[in-house]
Amino acid sequence: MTTTLKPRDRDELRDTVAWALNDGKTLEIVGAASKRALGRPVVADHGLDLSGIAGVVEYQPEELVITVRAGTPMREVEALLAQRNQMLAFEPPDLGPLLGGVAEASTLAGAVLCNLAGPRRLSAGAARDHLLGFSAVNGRGEIFKSGGKVMKNVTGYDLSKLMAGSFGTLAALDEINVKVLPAPDKTRTLLLFGLADADAIAAMALAMGSPHEVSGAAHLPADAARRSAVGYVAKAGGSATALRLEGVGPSVEARLTGLRDLLTPVVAAKGGAVEELHTMNSRALWRELRDVTLLGAASDALVWRLSCPPSEGAAVVARIRAVRPDVGAIYDWAGGQIWLSLPPTADADHALVRAALAACGGHATLIRAPGAVRAAVPVFQPQAPALAALAWRVKESFDPRGVFNPGRMG
Amino acid sequence: MQMPPLDPGILARRAAIVAALRAIVPGEGVIDDVEGMRPYECDALSAYRQLPLVVVLPERIDQVARILRYCQDEGVKIVPRGAGTSLSGGSMPVGDAILLGMAKFNRVLEIDFANRCARVQPGVTNLGITRAVEHAGFYYAPDPSSQIACSIGGNVAENSGGVHSLKYGLTTNNLLGIELVLMNGEIVRLGGKHLDTDGYDLLGVMTGSEGLLGVITEVTVRILPKPSTARAVLLGFPTESGGADCVAAIIAAGIIPAGMEMMDKDAVHCAEAYVHAGYPLDVEALLIVELDGPPVEVDHLIERVAGLARERGATTVRVSASEDERMRLWAGRKSAFPAVGQISPDYMCLDGSVPRSRLVEVLSRMREMSKQHGLRVVNVFHAGDGNLHPLILFDANDPDQLRRCEEFGADILRLCVEVGGALTGEHGVGIEKRDLMGVQFTDIDLDQQMRLKCAFDPDHLLNPGKVFPKLRRCAELGQLVVRQGAIPFPDIPRF
Repeated sequence: MTTTLKPRDRDELRDTVAWALNDGKTLEIVGAASKRALGRPVVADHGLDLSGIAGVVEYQPEELVITVRAGTPMREVEALLAQRNQMLAFEPPDLGPLLGGVAEASTLAGAVLCNLAGPRRLSAGAARDHLLGFSAVNGRGEIFKSGGKVMKNVTGYDLSKLMAGSFGTLAALDEINVKVLPAPDKTRTLLLFGLADADAIAAMALAMGSPHEVSGAAHLPADAARRSAVGYVAKAGGSATALRLEGVGPSVEARLTGLRDLLTPVVAAKGGAVEELHTMNSRALWRELRDVTLLGAASDALVWRLSCPPSEGAAVVARIRAVRPDVGAIYDWAGGQIWLSLPPTADADHALVRAALAACGGHATLIRAPGAVRAAVPVFQPQAPALAALAWRVKESFDPRGVFNPGRMG
Repeated sequence: MQMPPLDPGILARRAAIVAALRAIVPGEGVIDDVEGMRPYECDALSAYRQLPLVVVLPERIDQVARILRYCQDEGVKIVPRGAGTSLSGGSMPVGDAILLGMAKFNRVLEIDFANRCARVQPGVTNLGITRAVEHAGFYYAPDPSSQIACSIGGNVAENSGGVHSLKYGLTTNNLLGIELVLMNGEIVRLGGKHLDTDGYDLLGVMTGSEGLLGVITEVTVRILPKPSTARAVLLGFPTESGGADCVAAIIAAGIIPAGMEMMDKDAVHCAEAYVHAGYPLDVEALLIVELDGPPVEVDHLIERVAGLARERGATTVRVSASEDERMRLWAGRKSAFPAVGQISPDYMCLDGSVPRSRLVEVLSRMREMSKQHGLRVVNVFHAGDGNLHPLILFDANDPDQLRRCEEFGADILRLCVEVGGALTGEHGVGIEKRDLMGVQFTDIDLDQQMRLKCAFDPDHLLNPGKVFPKLRRCAELGQLVVRQGAIPFPDIPRF
C-alpha cells in the first residue's frame, strides 16, 4: 500500500516534493479527489494530498479577485462570492455525479487544473481565462510563482494558461489568484422547441451573431430534454434549444424581445414554437447543462466530451450515429461542445469518435470510462509528432524527472 | 540599456549569412544595405536604435521554416518583427542578429461568420480584421491605441490590450488558434475554430511570449457582433481620490463598463490645448466611462454611473447625446500621447499595473518622484483595470535627461510591484523593463520561465536580449541537484 502525504503548508509541500525527487519516487496529486477518474489512471509511488493546504487567503470584491489555497473547496468559494453578489464567471461544472462520485465535493484548484468551463464559456471564457496567477512547487522541488493579482499583467510568460488544463502534471499548486465578476441581476432563457440538431445549430449561430449578448446556447435532443426537471423543457415532447440572457433587468427584457423577434419566424418555419424561462427555472436548466446531468447515460456508459467548430456539431454527431445509432448527445457552446454517451466497449470507440472530428478539426476527451479502458486508449486527443514532442519538452521544463501524476495525460 | 555584446564570429560571417538568406528568399526579400535597413533600426521605443545584421522579408511559410532552421543549424540569432509598433522594444534589432520582417504576410485568409472567427496572416493589422468583418456587423474586440498600424501577429506576441479590455479581455481571451514555426523549422498548429486547445495550453503560452518562443505564421481570432449602442460619460472631480473612489464604486455596484479611463490634471490640460475636446480645466481628475449594449441597458447604467459620480463629488457630469459627441469626449483621451508630444521634445510611456485601491497613493508618490528626478510626469490610464500609462517628459538629446528618465521610469515600476501590481500591463517587457524583472520575480521564477524557453529555443537564438535580465544556458538550467541524505519532513502527516 502506498503512502499518502498530506503537507499542511507551502514549505511542507516543497519538502515533500524534494523528498520524492531525492528518493526517485513519483506522486499522484489530489485535492478533493473528485476528478481522480478523469484522465488516464496515474501509476505513482505515493499520494500527495493537497486538501490540508486550504482556505481563502484574500478576497477583495472591489478588485474582482480571490486568492485561495489549493485544497479550498469549491462550495466554500462559491458561497463566499455569493455573499457579495459575485461569481466565477467561467461557471465551473460539478462533474462529481457524472464521474460516479458525489456532488459539491470538488476544489476550485481542481477545476482550474482541468480547465473546466460551463455554458458561459461562450461569452466569459474558461478557467484558463480567469487564473490571474499562482504559486506552486515544480518538479525540482522549488517554490515558484507566475502572474499576479491584477487584471492586466503581461510580465513574463503566461504560465497560468499552462497550469490551467495541465491536470497536475507540471507542478503542485500552492495558491491561486482567480478573477471574479459581478453576478447578473436577472437571467432569462428563450426556449426553441422541436428543432432538429442541424436546425438548432443554425438557430444558435444566428443568436450568437446577433447583438443580444447570449451567454449560453445549448441544444437538448428530445430524449435529453425529457430528463430535465424543468417542466417546460421536459413536457415539450421534443427537442429544446436554450438561449440564455443575463444582466440588468431592463437590458435582459429588451434583448429577450429582440432575440424572440429574430428567432420566432425561424422556428415557426420548422414547425416549432418558442417559450421563455424566468430566473429560477433558468438557473435549474443551466445547472443541468453545466453539470451534464441530462445525458441519461447508464452508469456503465462511456462519456466523451468533444470540442469542435460550432457549425460542425450536428455533422460530427451524425457521423458517429451512422455507426452507433444508440449514441446520446447534448450540444453546448452553440454546438462547439458536445457531450456524448456511448455503450461500453473495450476501445471506447475512440477511433470512430476522432475520425468524426478529422474533417473539421477539434478534439475529443474520454471523460468517463472504467480505469482499464482509460489505461488502454488515448483519453486525450493524440497530437501530431512535432506538437507532441514540444509538449513533452514543456513537461520536462517543469518536471524533469516526471515526479507528478505520471501517465495522467498519456 | 545594455544589449549583449556582439559576436565577432557572426559579424565576420555576414556575407555568408546574407548569401544563405538569398538562397531562401530571392530578390528584394533580403536587405543588407544600410539605407535599406534604416527603417528597421527601431520600433516604437525610439529612444533606442540599432541596425540589424541583415533584414529578411519572407512571404511563404516554408521560407520562414527554412530561415529558422538555418539559424538553429548555424547558431545565428534572429529577431521577429511585425509592424514595429512595440513600446517596450520587443522588436528592436540586435546588431549580430537577422531581422525577420513578417509584413508580407498580410492576407485575410478566411472569414467564417457561422463560427464567428477570422483566419488571417500575422501581418494583417488589428484594425484590418475589423475592416474585413464590419460589413456584417462584426468586429475584433482588442483595440490597442496603435490598432491602425500594429499587426495581429505582434498583438499575439505581446498579448495586446486596449481601452476595452476591462469588458472584452486581452488578445489571449480573443484568440482561437495559431500556426507557428519553431527554431528547428517544425511547423505546429495550436487550436483552430474550436474553443480551448487540446493538451497543454501552448496557445496561451505563445500569447505574450514576446517573440521568444516561435514565429507566428497564421492567426485565428474570435469576432464579435458589434454592440448596438455605445455612450460615454465625462466625469470631472476636484480631487484624484474622488475619481478613484468613483471607479471603485462603479465596479462594486456590479457594473463592468466597456472602458473606464482616467486622466490627471496635466493630461487634461495638454489634451484640451491640443484638440479642444471641451474638457473642464478646473478638475484634478477626469474620468471617461463608456457603456455599450442595447440602448435601454446603456441608458440605465449611464444614469447609475452618473449618480455614483455625483455622490462622490463630481463637478462635471456630461453624457454623450450622439455618436458625434461620444467621439468628441474620446478625442482628448485618444490624442493624449501626441498632445504631450507638443509640450515636450520626447516622452517615455510606461505601463505598470496596480490594484485599483492603490491608485491614489501611486499617483501621489509618482509626483514626489517627479520632483526628485526633476522631470515632469503626465498620467493617462485604464482605471478600470488599474493599468497605468505615466508619460515622462524629457529631451532625448540630453544624455543626462535620458538617464534620469530611465531611472524615474524604473522607480515608478518598482512602486507598481511594491503595491501588489506588475511591471507591465499590456506593452510587454522587451528591453525596456528587462532589467527590472528581478523586482517582480525571484531567480527561481525566472529560471523556470527560461527553462520553458529552452523547450522551444534550446540555443536562445530567438529575439535575444529581451525579457530576461541574464540568460542562462539551457544545459546549465537543466541540471538537477538532488539533495542527498535525511528525509527533510519528519512531521508531515502520512496515511
